[in-house]
Amino acid sequence: MNSVDVVIIGGGPAGLAAAVSAKEAGSGKVLVIERNNELGGILVQCIHNGFGLHTFGEELTGPEYADRYIKKATEAGAEFLLNTMVLDISGDRVVTAMNEKDGLFQIKAGAVILAMGCRERPRGALNIPGSRPAGIYTAGTAQRLINIEGLMPGKEVVILGSGDIGLIMARRMTLEGAHVNAVVELMPYSTGLRRNIVQCLDDFNIPLLLSHTVIRTEGKEHLTGVVVAEVGPDRKPVPGTEIHYDCDCLLLSCGLIPENELSRQTGVAISPVTNGPVVDDTFETSIPGVFSCGNVLHVHDLVDYVSEEAGKAGRYAAVYARKHGAEERGSHRIEVCAEGGRGVRYTVPSSIYEDSMDEKVTVRFRVGSVFKWAYISVYADDERILHQKKKILTPGEMCQVQITKEQLQSISGLKKLTVKIEEE
Amino acid sequence: MYDAVIIGAGVTGAAAARELSRLQAKVCVLEKGEDVCVGTSKANSAIIHAGYDPVPGTLMAKLNIEGNEMMDKLCADLDIPFQRNGALIVCTDPAEEGKLDTLLQRGIENGVKGLRIVKGEELREMEPNLSDDVTAALYAPTSGIICPFELTCGMAENACENGVQFFFDQKVSGIIHDQDGLYHVKAGDKEYVTRAVINAAGVYADEIHNMVSSEKITIRPRRGEYCLYDKELGDHVTHTIFQLPTDKGKGVLVTPTVHGNMLAGPTSDFITDKDDTSTTAEGIAEVLSKECISVKPLSGRKIITSFAGLRAHGDKGDFIIGEAEDAPLFYDLAGIESPGLTSSPAIGKMAAEWAEKALGLKRKEDFREKRKGIPHFAELSFEERQKLIREDPLYGQIVCRCETVTEGEIVNAIRRPLGARSLDGVKRRTRAGMGRCQAGFCSPKVIDIIHRETGLPYEKITKCGGDSVIVLQHTKEQAEDAGEEKA
Repeated sequence: MNSVDVVIIGGGPAGLAAAVSAKEAGSGKVLVIERNNELGGILVQCIHNGFGLHTFGEELTGPEYADRYIKKATEAGAEFLLNTMVLDISGDRVVTAMNEKDGLFQIKAGAVILAMGCRERPRGALNIPGSRPAGIYTAGTAQRLINIEGLMPGKEVVILGSGDIGLIMARRMTLEGAHVNAVVELMPYSTGLRRNIVQCLDDFNIPLLLSHTVIRTEGKEHLTGVVVAEVGPDRKPVPGTEIHYDCDCLLLSCGLIPENELSRQTGVAISPVTNGPVVDDTFETSIPGVFSCGNVLHVHDLVDYVSEEAGKAGRYAAVYARKHGAEERGSHRIEVCAEGGRGVRYTVPSSIYEDSMDEKVTVRFRVGSVFKWAYISVYADDERILHQKKKILTPGEMCQVQITKEQLQSISGLKKLTVKIEEE
Repeated sequence: MYDAVIIGAGVTGAAAARELSRLQAKVCVLEKGEDVCVGTSKANSAIIHAGYDPVPGTLMAKLNIEGNEMMDKLCADLDIPFQRNGALIVCTDPAEEGKLDTLLQRGIENGVKGLRIVKGEELREMEPNLSDDVTAALYAPTSGIICPFELTCGMAENACENGVQFFFDQKVSGIIHDQDGLYHVKAGDKEYVTRAVINAAGVYADEIHNMVSSEKITIRPRRGEYCLYDKELGDHVTHTIFQLPTDKGKGVLVTPTVHGNMLAGPTSDFITDKDDTSTTAEGIAEVLSKECISVKPLSGRKIITSFAGLRAHGDKGDFIIGEAEDAPLFYDLAGIESPGLTSSPAIGKMAAEWAEKALGLKRKEDFREKRKGIPHFAELSFEERQKLIREDPLYGQIVCRCETVTEGEIVNAIRRPLGARSLDGVKRRTRAGMGRCQAGFCSPKVIDIIHRETGLPYEKITKCGGDSVIVLQHTKEQAEDAGEEKA
């Protein structure tokens, strides 16, 4: 069996950034295993711009952003296996994978980084009543068909869900000559980025119907129309508000689900809120030597944050592999908690080892509803150590706070940090 | 001229075709859809019933028992999965337990083996996730689960390998019985001349029957809606859990599927449109509210899809099987609702015995009863997988990540007899697209493979035949590139 210092599952933005930093941190052999026929993950089909403002200080397209990391990883000496599927990771980090050329094979990994990304919530999981004709796709599938395959799935379009891919696809379909009738959102707010609503809907006069949903699909072989209705505060359709659209295409942008089949199989503890692994400040999961980053950990809004987190995961994985796990994490573990409910839904990381932590740790989270002029507060046990006023906090945009080692060290016997939203 | 034309390539038509392919006869199957198993046969509970339910003395009772008994050998011959997981008919009201005895007696009369009443600890041990309200159950160990697609595909392919012709996109528009006693079956722009007709047209069997007979029959579509759960919940129960019918209604069943999901349903509503397999908000709500009567709650967040199927309900209170009174050699296999899937092999056998006698046909000596299925990579061992990839590297490429389906399996499904031509055709044969992402990732890849293997242009590749095209045209840039090449 071949041995590799760091095996990274997934060659998207997270896997690539992790590979770069693992090599930079001095790892010997770093292997990225990618199931697709090219590196870059979902970025490859995101041909719009807006990537990399934080990382590179300029606006890049998805493929350009990916390309920079592919070059960096290649130059750093990472190795890649494409068209290769990982079938299993054992608790002691034996990775079983397969491809056409090498068949089925196993690799012993010093450390493993889970970077498999996420998938879209499909129609079936949304329980939209009606027929099941051709013409109903997730927004990402349509994006792949158009941007990679050069094929148009429809001309008269309705989009359910205002997630970012849905917004981007509203503009993309319009530019390709399709007519987007409306973007329909169940919630009273969009789950996409503000800038995407302006640039992809407003600029093209595409209506955004908040507190609406699709209540029926029509057409036996191919989609011929959908019925949309307003929903009440209970999110149930309000009778009498039905709007009928003739359309041949319904795109779904109703949420992303981290793809943690492998993680679960391996026995990694999964958060019921994020559907991603539970990690500490080194991005290590509940299984020693198995790290996680990117959208498989929690769904991000900006790729820049993915790269940043993955960079850290790569560095810590390299350290783990080099020391064969001999160096224990710190002994002073501080739990990081979310208040839950409509406020802070979760935090990544969910624990920090104060004695081994970096000088600064970024805690990222999402909120469960929209807040205006509210405070993000951090409590160290019962003492408030951070209180930041924010103009707006929405579920569609990731929030963050920074905690310093100094802050934590100044409180003796600290057990728990709690992140919450406080209104005036 | 054909000896027999079978109308309909659902499970009944496929079973008849396979049994007739044992005979020295020229037989064809006319199917209005683009593939086998695209009507009633494709969406049902996928249960092989034990046979305690039908009224003794009916064709349903007889054929259910016969069909059930044929299943082990049939599935082994056809290389398809079948599992006798047993059924529990559960009672949630002690006052109703007497009805379990009635069912038990009826089952015994029908010839069902191994039936017994189970209670208390033994019942909980057998099935820990039964709801707390369950007080007793009738246990039917011969009940089983199967994949209706694979059963239909398997029988049809085997019939095809034994010489039966299949013609798709052939909707029968008229049948003329000429003075020589031959039938002229019109379908599309073609006419098929045959000595005998076997009507296995599912919910349309009445229309076909009424083309030749003045003794009219009526088939009413009765719709059933289902919820399919993620494999994560696949071991919620291991037996098929039926609810004992009460004054409040029939209840719904909860069952593992032979591929490891959990299935709940069906509802039961008469509708008028024979193609309407739409789901409804009310129907899904009904399934969700009833399933937890018999089992501990299933998380609604784990539903991966919901679907509806139609039952072909006849107006005679039994299967309508036999020669039409005023149309000699026109044979109905109609009103095949539950337990139709279970009975199908026995129905097919009955049709073939009848044809053998009425048409004076001889048995083939070279009938090949075994069919080799598509290898299911996901179910193979490490060594078997290695061997398969060595033999054909396409088995080393995963296309559907949720169900671990390889390119080799998809190519096999397209190239084999009666091969798949659509996304659903590939899905039914290989399970690509049946997992939790519901084809989000694999459909562009499967379209590519269908295009490569069949030469069909992208705009002609469909989800399920007819107008169900996946893409309408090329994007602007692609269209321009193509234009430049031409210039």
